Amino acid sequence: MRHDTIEKSLNLMVVLIVLAISIGGLIEIVPLMMSSDVTEPDEGISIYSPLRLAGRDVYVREGCYNCHSQMIRPFRSETERYGPFTTAGETVYDRPFQFGSKRTGPDLARVGGRYSDDWQRLHLMDPRALVPESNMPGYPWLADNAVDPELVTAKLRALRLLGDPYTDEQIAGAAAAVEGRSELDALVAYLQELGTNRKNRR
Amino acid sequence: MPAFWHWFVAAGTIVFTIWCIWLITWSAKQGPQNVADDDLVGHKWDGDIEEWNNPAPKWWLYLYFITIAWAIGYMVAYPSLGNYKGMLGWSQEGQYEAEIKAATETYEPIYEKFAAMDFIELSQNAEAQALGKSLFASYCTTCHGSDARGAPGYPNLTDGDWQWGNTEAELLTSIGKGRRAAMPVLTPALGGDAGIDNMVKYVKSLSGGEADAGAMSAQPMFVALCSACHGPDGKGNKIFGAPNLTDEIWLYGGSTESIRETLVNGRNGQMPAHGDLFGENRTKILAAYVYSLPQERTVESD
Repeated sequence: MRHDTIEKSLNLMVVLIVLAISIGGLIEIVPLMMSSDVTEPDEGISIYSPLRLAGRDVYVREGCYNCHSQMIRPFRSETERYGPFTTAGETVYDRPFQFGSKRTGPDLARVGGRYSDDWQRLHLMDPRALVPESNMPGYPWLADNAVDPELVTAKLRALRLLGDPYTDEQIAGAAAAVEGRSELDALVAYLQELGTNRKNRR
Repeated sequence: MPAFWHWFVAAGTIVFTIWCIWLITWSAKQGPQNVADDDLVGHKWDGDIEEWNNPAPKWWLYLYFITIAWAIGYMVAYPSLGNYKGMLGWSQEGQYEAEIKAATETYEPIYEKFAAMDFIELSQNAEAQALGKSLFASYCTTCHGSDARGAPGYPNLTDGDWQWGNTEAELLTSIGKGRRAAMPVLTPALGGDAGIDNMVKYVKSLSGGEADAGAMSAQPMFVALCSACHGPDGKGNKIFGAPNLTDEIWLYGGSTESIRETLVNGRNGQMPAHGDLFGENRTKILAAYVYSLPQERTVESD
């Protein structure tokens, strides 16, 4: 068989290309999808409450991941500053995960509780009011935007279809839980619980 | 990894590596020896430009073989075949633990040495101050500012006014366990706009502002409502983190508007706990550094 046999038969070429490029995925990705280390939540990790879920979606919408990672790598230089390194079991309810790929700002994987709620609110509205050197943009509109209760309820239902263990009561109570809350409330609630399942210990 | 997936990964990796070797060898055999001189691939561009059906160059081929040889060496040395640990016994966790152990052995003696020192002595020790300064830069500047002069709502640490006190025990508690202040909403008690205005004037008068009749009319209310935390003379109480109102140092600003906001909406200042993150020794060095900040400032301005 010469290479022109493959080059001149579109069907054969498609089959061989798919075979070639799927080998890496079959060997590296598929076993991980079946591994409990990766698919089961760590101790202390729970499904997102309706308000935190709304906050997470604000985080994604505003593109926070463009400048902030949520992935503390297992190096001393990182764990000294940010806390214990991130594990796969901490991100099982993140769809999609917010590992990020670049740090213009600091890593946020364990930012929960590191600042007060007031600090987070003011800092999101006007970062330079608190940190004059900061180059983070302000997000003042978050305080004026209300969280949509119906949308949150629909999101919870969709996540249950994907396997997140939301109960009927949680879904029924979701709208009430976010009623009258702003996107700023939601985002702060999300940030303040990030990484708090594991204590920083020395 | 369960046995099935172990074998899936290990066998898959080996089978496909062998397959790569076969594929490269096979295609290399399509060499010049099998190609006639006039073997063209059959394209023609611009009338007379044609393409020989030649094999890939040798150096290119050898690169493939080197890559495969590297991969095999890697598979033997590092954990890449399912549950196989690799001859070097390397693991991500192991590398991290080793790094932490080496750092602990290097740095802990330094911290131990300072942990044994007297607090005041520590606050004057140049080496400890340098450490404290770098800890401060890493962990404290986002709220207290890179010059430690704070921001509205975040205390200035250089002015010698200590909301929660500056003894060793008080500073260690502030940094290690955190602090939570609670200024309640006073609107209902103050009785309408006029009452609030009078109280604002009275509070301003405590630090040297003019006290007119309206302001003085709020004094009994101040004693009744505010003195429990701020003291009858408004000098504050560090047990509750209640600021001194007579020293012209304002945590949330001393304008009429901001004092009014404090009374109407309350304030909930919070210093987060850092003890778990720092550990005792670092907390002490940082506390000693913070303790020294007002003195340092005086020396610098002289």
